[in-house]
Amino acid sequence: MAAGNFEKYKSDGSLGGNALEWLDARFPATSLWKGHLSEYYCPKNFNFWYFFGSLALLVLVIQIVTGIFLVMHYKPDAALNANGVPIAFASVEYIMRDVPGGWLIRYMHSTGASAFFIVVYLHMFRGLIYGSYRKPRELTWLFGVGIFLVLMGEAFFGYLLPWGQMSYWGAQVIVNLFSAIPVIGSDLSLIIRGDFVVGDATLNRFFSFHVIAFPLVLVGLVAAHVLALHETGSNNPDGVEIKANKDENGIPRDGIPFHPYYTVKDIVGVVVFLMVFSAVMFFAPEGGGYFLETPNFYPADPLKTPPHIAPVWYFTPYYSILRAMVWNFFGLDAKFWGVVGMGASVVIFALLPWLDRSPVKSIRYRGPITKVMIGLFVICFFILGYLGTLSPSPMGEVISQICTVFYFGFFLGMPWWSRMDKFKPVPERVTMK
Amino acid sequence: MKKFLIALLFAPVMAFASTGGAPIDKWPGSVSDKAALQNGAKLFVNYCLNCHGASYMRYQNLVALGLSEQQVKDNLMFTSDKIGELMRIAARADEQKQWFGATPPDLTIITRARGEAGNAGAGADWVYTYLRSFYRDENRPTGWNNTVFENVGMPHVLYGLQGQQVLNHETHKLEVAVPGQMAPAEFDKAVSDLVGFMVWMGEPQQEFRRKLGFFVLAFLGLLFVVAYALKKEYWKDIH
Repeated sequence: MAAGNFEKYKSDGSLGGNALEWLDARFPATSLWKGHLSEYYCPKNFNFWYFFGSLALLVLVIQIVTGIFLVMHYKPDAALNANGVPIAFASVEYIMRDVPGGWLIRYMHSTGASAFFIVVYLHMFRGLIYGSYRKPRELTWLFGVGIFLVLMGEAFFGYLLPWGQMSYWGAQVIVNLFSAIPVIGSDLSLIIRGDFVVGDATLNRFFSFHVIAFPLVLVGLVAAHVLALHETGSNNPDGVEIKANKDENGIPRDGIPFHPYYTVKDIVGVVVFLMVFSAVMFFAPEGGGYFLETPNFYPADPLKTPPHIAPVWYFTPYYSILRAMVWNFFGLDAKFWGVVGMGASVVIFALLPWLDRSPVKSIRYRGPITKVMIGLFVICFFILGYLGTLSPSPMGEVISQICTVFYFGFFLGMPWWSRMDKFKPVPERVTMK
Repeated sequence: MKKFLIALLFAPVMAFASTGGAPIDKWPGSVSDKAALQNGAKLFVNYCLNCHGASYMRYQNLVALGLSEQQVKDNLMFTSDKIGELMRIAARADEQKQWFGATPPDLTIITRARGEAGNAGAGADWVYTYLRSFYRDENRPTGWNNTVFENVGMPHVLYGLQGQQVLNHETHKLEVAVPGQMAPAEFDKAVSDLVGFMVWMGEPQQEFRRKLGFFVLAFLGLLFVVAYALKKEYWKDIH
């Protein structure tokens, strides 16, 4: 930027000349546009799995915008109103009935929460099968795991806000988990709750985290995720580095500018996604009792424990892993090991770039071992998720233990099984399948 | 020991919340039948809205059932004369708890709360069956028991309409011992209307929601055609 824009234009502050030139002399508008859109070169062979990144961004925007409007009428107050109903719970029903269009905004937000996890899980699965986390994209992956962790926190805090039975008892169960940590546990859970039971203090701090702290961190991490990606360039279904083969102008031969090619393609993805999203939101907003759990239509009652406390579907795989740990080790309670297992099952994704020792990135050029392992991993994930929605049973416990062992075996055994496979030769250029 | 004490503590609650194994009938009604909803509203304010509140619902919103504000005021409002008022009751929750053993729940969204994972419509079926399953039981303080909700604190409020049922302990079937004002089929229809009103009240805009959904999907369908054509046009040279 030696002879930068600043010197090229007589910047007397007037708008007499070209407005864009005026702007560019003061702000990198054109260079940002080019660097991230019109001259950001993407591999031309993105397939179905590559829609979910832009869709995750779309859902983030939906959640933020609908959230802004919900906060205008929602009241984080656990006190009872004149009818004996907690004010927070009543304010949600007020939004659903008396605020014009409030029901639509609220359903967008509640459906959006589940949609967020669906697109993020699919986005992560894409990374898994095409080796998107491999060198040089480790940081992009780490920022992504950070986003996933923050998203889980965001969802957990948000779920308390309607102050229904499942909100209350779900929070009770999860916060109590922290008390299983030796020495500091009970004080830690006290600090999280702000009280000895889940109460008004808990509701207010969760509200604060949900609407301010975590969204700020989330947006920051998303920016870092995208910036890191644009530094290395995108991976693709063949796992070929397109930057290794450039033409005389320095443009990757297999690359096409993100704008307009992928903007017009992503619009198609957005429209299809919105159709599915609308079908749920307008015709089955409860998501069959999985997106909005039915016990949550009862206001929180600290004196009445529901017979079965189940987290929302997107947490159930980890919840199953928590419940699968039933043995005391090293003098520490099984509950503690459950918490360790649950935490590890989420954080372990961060290690993927260093666990995978396969010489090729994409599943397309990897052999049967990889395909079977990833297939079994997905099956285990679904089984764990399903078991997590059910009441505990002896059979379910054994099955969840088997799946838990495989879940961790998949990751911890990866340095070995990822190398043992048969590999096919990777082509020089990307293929259009 | 601690676990045992906790179990004891929650035992009454669990007993209260437990439901019998009686089969659940499907609610036969629909929320698009305005006449049925009006009849349900009438039954609701006459029979339910004394012990149970509907405190998220405003009387004003009943005009959506095809009634004028004056009609709502004249026929459906007994405790208030302000149309914008919430459908509240005078009874106090703590006193009700002493009378019945538990506070009667607010009914505004009861059919939604009674739904199940995988079957959100199960709540209407449950309430429809529950209200028709009371029988005489001298061992209960109210003189009533229920096959769907064993040892329920609620007496049979609609017995004047249904009559008095008894439980045949051999067949495990309910039989009408003393007929009421309505024939069984007539009573089933009345309960169906009442449940319909509760389903409607659970989400008064639900019909509009579905209608709007069709327009939104139709719009998105058209947008898809345009978006797809645009993508095809831009991508025709990429091989």
